[in-house]
Amino acid sequence: MSDQGASLAVDMRGITKQFPGVRANDKVDFSVRRAEIHALVGENGAGKSTLMNILYGLVHPDSGEILIDEKTVHVAGPRDAIGLGIGMVHQHFMLIPVFSVGENIMLGREPVTGPGFYDRARARAAINELTRRYGLALDPDARMGDLPVGLQQRAEIVKVLYRGAEILILDEPTGVLTPQESKELFGVLRDLVKGGKTIIFISHKLKEVLEISDRITVMRRGKVVGHLTTRDTNEEEIATLMVGRAVLLRVDKAPAKPGEVALKVDNLTANSDQSVPALKGASFELRYGEILGIAGVEGNGQSELMEVLAGTRHATGGQVLLAGRDITTMDANTERDAGVAFIPEDRRGTGLVLGFSIAENSILGRERALTFSWRHFVLNLVAIRNWALRLVKEFDIRTPSIDVAVRNLSGGNQQKVIVAREIGSNPKVLLAAQPTRGVDIGAIEFIHRQIVRERDNGAAVLLVSAELDEVRSLSDRIAVMYEGRIVSIEPPDTPEERLGLLMTGGGVREGAA
Amino acid sequence: MSALGDILHLLLTANLWQATLAAAVLLLLPALGGTISERSGVVNIAMEGMMLTGAFFGVAADLAWQNPWLATGVAMLAGALMASIHAFVSIQFRADQIVSGIAINIFAAGLTVFLINRIYGLQDVGHVGQSALLPNINVPGLDQIPFFGKVLFQQNVIVYVALVLLVLTHLVLFRTRLGLRIRAVGEHPQAADTAGINVFAIRYGAVFTSGLLSGLSGAFLAIGISNTFVPNMTDGRGYIALAAMIFGKWTPFGAFVACLIFGLGQAIYDNNSIIHVSPYLLSMLPYLLTLIVLAGLVGRSTPPAADGLPYVPGSE
Repeated sequence: MSDQGASLAVDMRGITKQFPGVRANDKVDFSVRRAEIHALVGENGAGKSTLMNILYGLVHPDSGEILIDEKTVHVAGPRDAIGLGIGMVHQHFMLIPVFSVGENIMLGREPVTGPGFYDRARARAAINELTRRYGLALDPDARMGDLPVGLQQRAEIVKVLYRGAEILILDEPTGVLTPQESKELFGVLRDLVKGGKTIIFISHKLKEVLEISDRITVMRRGKVVGHLTTRDTNEEEIATLMVGRAVLLRVDKAPAKPGEVALKVDNLTANSDQSVPALKGASFELRYGEILGIAGVEGNGQSELMEVLAGTRHATGGQVLLAGRDITTMDANTERDAGVAFIPEDRRGTGLVLGFSIAENSILGRERALTFSWRHFVLNLVAIRNWALRLVKEFDIRTPSIDVAVRNLSGGNQQKVIVAREIGSNPKVLLAAQPTRGVDIGAIEFIHRQIVRERDNGAAVLLVSAELDEVRSLSDRIAVMYEGRIVSIEPPDTPEERLGLLMTGGGVREGAA
Repeated sequence: MSALGDILHLLLTANLWQATLAAAVLLLLPALGGTISERSGVVNIAMEGMMLTGAFFGVAADLAWQNPWLATGVAMLAGALMASIHAFVSIQFRADQIVSGIAINIFAAGLTVFLINRIYGLQDVGHVGQSALLPNINVPGLDQIPFFGKVLFQQNVIVYVALVLLVLTHLVLFRTRLGLRIRAVGEHPQAADTAGINVFAIRYGAVFTSGLLSGLSGAFLAIGISNTFVPNMTDGRGYIALAAMIFGKWTPFGAFVACLIFGLGQAIYDNNSIIHVSPYLLSMLPYLLTLIVLAGLVGRSTPPAADGLPYVPGSE
């Protein structure tokens, strides 16, 4: 299917696009053969999205030409792209939650009767026909907002197919999916390619790319740095091209030297946002100089545990001791003063004030510290600037200046701002919830190294992650959480299967904890 | 107690309900306009100003040409012109839509007073002759039905037009392709754009339509119900229409129900001569009802998701 001389579905030549302050695409050559799955990989900000937005007509290139089916075309807007048979499944779905599935799919090409009346029956028939042909079951009358994410994505794909797309662009399609949903998606993609469709798959998850693609184009900082054939490459090679240097995909760390007990959590209970018990008597000990990783299926009380420990959620019972001192009822501010740092899982919602600059975000929660304010009252702007400049340098935050609003940073750099702020305060205890979610590999490696360095400096680190790989590679001990309790403490080399079993409630006697 | 008795007595008269419907229609037209505008994602609180402008130009045109139909057309265009300013500022320049709306309301109040002085001097604007008013039409036959005949079929021509527009707006918004696109643009302009829909064109059209409807209401007020223009004669009706739109959860029929409630308050006040309560107290009734309804009865009503958010192409 990817033999030489196969005709090119997409051929972009010398595409250049300059945005204020950054050259997003620099003489990019990108070609995709017909009926292949072509992966476009690169870190956040490498220019993948810009390139695809150009192909889809959302962004106009400064120079370069685009050929579709070997004919030069001009893509002035999405309408042109749709006309050329290009369809895009966006990372953030272009779906309207209050509309039905059918209305969402038909939007822009609605069947009508009489004087412009929307023809629901014909819409339903068209969708049923499509879903039958491609084996993508969907209920056209369901309300879009009621569907799980996997089905919403399926609706996006059907929407694109309905518009007669021959070339499908999928932007980070697995970012929001569960592993099971991802598997289903891959099956769908393979079927589509068998049916003659061409797929461009944007991702930075290398395992997936290797699993699903035929060929790979790697971008870094606006340039294409590699054209690869999937079967002749491996994770290390792609990662090296993406980041521009050799990347350690495993965490390199010395054995832990655990010290005194830092946190003692005893029979802790708390409610979720819906006021139902989420944490149901969790108990464990965390020592200085070790990383305790909490493994578990999301929604088993991990978020609530971290928030109670950080002082942003009330415990309904139990006790938390920090070096022997009761901190159960302390608020977040007092806890910070006591040396507890917190990397929250929702960086855009609770970790950062998106409209604030890097400098302002870098002192959030510490704005009253005497270093940053005169008599806890008037901000010392010079000190804050110096502090922010230091963090930017030390934590390799990629930004034109510290006055940039964090909203305009990439996800990885936003996360680095939080990590820098929290680790930069020299905490005794570091609570890290999903510290690398949605961050690219270069930054992941960096954040991991920072966390290990904190441990080596004697801090106690509590890690919660939905990625089992991350928990296993980073932790010195693994606590498995299930239904609001710690059901088992395991060594880090515990096989994935055993952890998986524990995480779903198997393998332990009831009430053992 | 006797005041309550007076009101109860009033509620049984066809006259009151006839006046209620007319007062409701006066609010319904701008409320429909607001609904269309906000469904497309442009917050519109400028109905007051658009109405007032329409009322002034309606009277001015009618005085000049003695033709109520032509005058109504002029009033609608004047309203739409005001709406175009709002559209231009908030769609093209992505200005804050509340601020733009307030600016237009203040501008309209000032502009009309200024124009009165310019055109008519310090005198009265003058009165439109009986023959040049928008006519009342009695539907032959139907107007003889006891009670309902008077309420429904002895009304100003604009009342019938408004009821047709009510049904039409509902059908367009919820049954047609155009309506689907308007609502898509108001919920998720990015999704609409990527589906090949022209977001700007839809929003311009929707705001322009809201101006036409508000202008029509202004004409109804000035050369249908009354026969002259006095400064600030809309008296907050544009804002009450806004409340009706919210109360109606951005649906035409919902807004109509709200307009009927407010219209009833207005009609009761207009009959204050037979109620033994201070007319000043009664005059508060429509506004009081607005407050009570908005605070208590509606509960949360969710506006279109992208209401008030300017669209920047290519953004997420």
